[in-house]
Amino acid sequence: MSSIKQVINEAVEKDYTAEQREILNPYSKKGLLPEQVRQPNPIRLRDLIRQIRSAKTAAEERSVVNKECAAIRLTFREEDSVWRCRNVAKLLYIHMLGYPAHFGQMECLKLIASPRFTDKRIGYLGAMLLLDERQDVHLLITNSLKNDLKSPTQFVQGLALCTLAAIASPEMARDLADEVERLLKSSNAYIRKKAAICAVRIMSKVPELLEMFLPATRNLLSEKNHGVLITGITLITSMCVQSPDTLDHFKKTVGNLVRILKNLVMAGYSPEHDVQGVSDPFLQVKVLKLLRILGRGDGQASETMNDILAQVATNTEATKNVGNAILYETVLSIMDIQSETGLRVLAVNILGRFLLNVDKNIKYVALHTLLKVVHQDNQAVQRHRTTILECLKDADITIRRRAMELCFALINPSNVRTMMKELISFLETAETEFKAVCSSKCVTAAEQFSPNTRWHIDTLLKVIIAAGNSVPDDVVACTIQLIAESGEAEQQYAVAELWQRLSAAPLDTQPLLQVATWVCGEFANFLSLVGGGVSEGEVVAVYQRILWSSQCSAVTKQYAITSSMKLASRMPGTNSLVAQMVSAYGSHLNVELQQRGVEYTQLFTRYDSMRGPLLERMPPFERSRLRVSQDAAAANAAAAAAAAPLANGLHNNNNNDAVAAVQAPSQSDSNALLDLLGGLDDSANDVPVQVKSAPLPPAGTGSLNSDILDLLGGLGGGGGGDSGGTLISRTVNNGGILDTGLGSASNNLLDDLLNNSSSNLNNSTLANNTINSTNSLPVSTLPSSDEYGSLTIYERNNLRLVMTFQRQDSLTTITLTATNSSTSCNITDFLFQAAVPKSLQLQLLTPSSTSLAPAASLTQFIRVNNPNKAVLRMKLRLSWFADGVKIEDQNEVNNFPPALWQY
Amino acid sequence: MQFMLLFSRQGKLRLQKWYVAHPDKAKKKITRELITTILARKPKMSSFLEWRDLKIVYKRYASLYFCCAIDQEDNELLTLEVIHRYVELLDKYFGSVCELDIIFNFEKAYFMLDELVVGGEVCETSKKNVLKAIAAQDLLQEEEIVELALRDLGLI
Repeated sequence: MSSIKQVINEAVEKDYTAEQREILNPYSKKGLLPEQVRQPNPIRLRDLIRQIRSAKTAAEERSVVNKECAAIRLTFREEDSVWRCRNVAKLLYIHMLGYPAHFGQMECLKLIASPRFTDKRIGYLGAMLLLDERQDVHLLITNSLKNDLKSPTQFVQGLALCTLAAIASPEMARDLADEVERLLKSSNAYIRKKAAICAVRIMSKVPELLEMFLPATRNLLSEKNHGVLITGITLITSMCVQSPDTLDHFKKTVGNLVRILKNLVMAGYSPEHDVQGVSDPFLQVKVLKLLRILGRGDGQASETMNDILAQVATNTEATKNVGNAILYETVLSIMDIQSETGLRVLAVNILGRFLLNVDKNIKYVALHTLLKVVHQDNQAVQRHRTTILECLKDADITIRRRAMELCFALINPSNVRTMMKELISFLETAETEFKAVCSSKCVTAAEQFSPNTRWHIDTLLKVIIAAGNSVPDDVVACTIQLIAESGEAEQQYAVAELWQRLSAAPLDTQPLLQVATWVCGEFANFLSLVGGGVSEGEVVAVYQRILWSSQCSAVTKQYAITSSMKLASRMPGTNSLVAQMVSAYGSHLNVELQQRGVEYTQLFTRYDSMRGPLLERMPPFERSRLRVSQDAAAANAAAAAAAAPLANGLHNNNNNDAVAAVQAPSQSDSNALLDLLGGLDDSANDVPVQVKSAPLPPAGTGSLNSDILDLLGGLGGGGGGDSGGTLISRTVNNGGILDTGLGSASNNLLDDLLNNSSSNLNNSTLANNTINSTNSLPVSTLPSSDEYGSLTIYERNNLRLVMTFQRQDSLTTITLTATNSSTSCNITDFLFQAAVPKSLQLQLLTPSSTSLAPAASLTQFIRVNNPNKAVLRMKLRLSWFADGVKIEDQNEVNNFPPALWQY
Repeated sequence: MQFMLLFSRQGKLRLQKWYVAHPDKAKKKITRELITTILARKPKMSSFLEWRDLKIVYKRYASLYFCCAIDQEDNELLTLEVIHRYVELLDKYFGSVCELDIIFNFEKAYFMLDELVVGGEVCETSKKNVLKAIAAQDLLQEEEIVELALRDLGLI
């Protein structure tokens, strides 16, 4: 047989016939090419492959290919049909190597149109490789396909069907559906099976053609031929998936399917369909899959298949992959339909057996499936817990990943201790890519199931230690929150644990250092109780080590520097050393750290009296607030707006919209406060002193103070403390919106430190203002709005837009006030858009409202950063609905006060 | 099945069959990504990976990797059987098939695949039937050649 084949191949390759025909059919037919320019015969496919393979470098290969492509193009241009088949075949090889071959598309179509089977075979192959449903040439191929589908030769029909099934576009599907439907009823099994797959493709491209194939499916399930049976079931499956109505229609076939499956399982050895002792696994799996779809949520259908599923589950040989493939599919079906409890247990046990299999593939499949069923049948899966934990140590990373996910799904209050122990030891040795996910999940699980706070703290610390630098920021935040919320005994314990780590740990695990410095600073009073008591010198030495280490990140240093301030206030003996450290940071290269350095130095010198109260212990976090901070990075504006009162205190520096939207109201309020306090200063110069001397807590700060708080009523839930915090962080963060280099979560925390410490003390607000009004802090204050005057930028269509300005270095904050100047017309969906020259950066904050009743007004803040002091110009686009009628307008503003950029 | 790729241990593509349309560029990118990922895997690892929203099933036979991309609800273990069946068929056809057979007769390898899998679905579960269909089509080609030769020689 093979020798015959060789002879044929040789014949094709030599193309004896073609050479003969060349004489009969010369190029000069067209009279375009003189004899001497004529190309030599194209080289054979085999020789081309040899040439390409013998190329030693990529460049050499490229040159061989380019040369050949040029030759092929030339023969294509000459409309030569003798060599077309060979040339297209070569082109397909070249295409596989990654070179462009689209110029062969038309030639494929010509081959398909040829009457020769050899041409068609290569032509269709080329069409499947070079064309797909997106190409326009399909109009041309459809006609050829139509002809070939009617061909008397079954193999020509077969080629056409196969191509249609691979590349049919919706248009082709529509045009050829009739033909396919006819062939689906053909008496020839070879054609019928391919037509069935074609029908699947056609339906997926044009769903409304589904009904057309429905009658033809009637006989498919009573087929003897396995090819037709399997493709028929594929067709029915895709119909059921596509349309619920059809699904109901096929419910009645459950009996047939059960019979087919029974025959396969019970029948003796049939050599034709046997795979390692299993009778036609391909068909069995298809039937099982369709049964699953039909039995899902249908008690009666499920009832009918219970027995056969049990039979397949118990009778299938599980030593080979093929048997396991069937068992796997059976398990999926059992778990998906409304099967009996016993059967479900059997299914989970099969998966349990899979887990013990040495074959990695089987293990993987088991874990994957258990993960799917764990929520339906937790108890049954729990029984295999030890085996699953064993998989955490598997050599295969994909198996470990699955096992890890499954372990987290299995944690419950009763096993949380043992599970967490295993998972933490997994975390210690896990790849970096696992650590972040695993540690986050550990934290969630610990929070959900922790038996007590001590264990919870212990677990979180272990997670942070085990995961090293891969710990996500939210884990750090959660741990700090947990410790801050817990009782004194736990805090004391945490301090002892963390001090031990802090004093001995290498400086390269940032998250641990962050938690440790925070806790040791906040609860520094417990340090004296650790072991034999920690001396002040020891503590400062550790902080110095962190602050001067090049291994520590800027965020860690931020934690450390703030923590050292707290330390100084709790351990007065460390004051001078801390002051020294802090003042050195006044010239740090990192802006944020420098800022802190300068501020904290001020607290040591000029405002020493405020230091103690400012650095009071923080009240426990509000839980939801932390959530907001966690979400902030990915938050959408809507969520953040809803959380606005809470987020107010966070005031983080992120440039994202959500936070920007939150910032808007607080800003206006603090301005009001500034103005108000300015007035106060004139009339009652002794106010700050009076308040400063007022005792804690804020209840005792006198009536004047509460008047101020009343004025801040608009601030939402935050109250006086929050507004004070806002003010402080505003002056502190004069880096403004551009300061985004730091992780959001840690920034929040730092701000929280400040906000909350000030929230204990309303006088800090006032004190701060005194500082501002005397201009003694090196933080620039905002000039009042009237310095630049106001600018009416738009006044038409009953709408008036006025801008007022505030500038802080290069950052200008524009307050846009839009007023509805009509007396009757309601404005809705007001949208203000603006653009500035490229060298400037623009940020539009969310407006206070989008609708305006008559005579009402809204405000919107616009931030413009102009570091190059360029001339400020702005293009505006406005749109709104006036009583439901859309109005759009544009405008350009060129008359901004020059003082905004000339300073 | 969404596509099937055959490539060598050196990362050279030997066969590609796409049942879902992608632009050429995307196909190349997918191929490159998968080849590097799979070649980087250790022999002890499982034959499956999750890649984008697909499951990738691959198996190595001598110097060739056979790699299939299947949908989430498809059976990975059975896909290994489909691959194995394809290798068996090639083996029967070429007679202890090796990579070179597939390089030099790539079109035959495609023809074989098209008889086993149509439009991404298995359409014939009997080895005998597949080989019969291929043999019959080869014969058809052979007859054409003979006929043409005779015609050219003026005998018919």
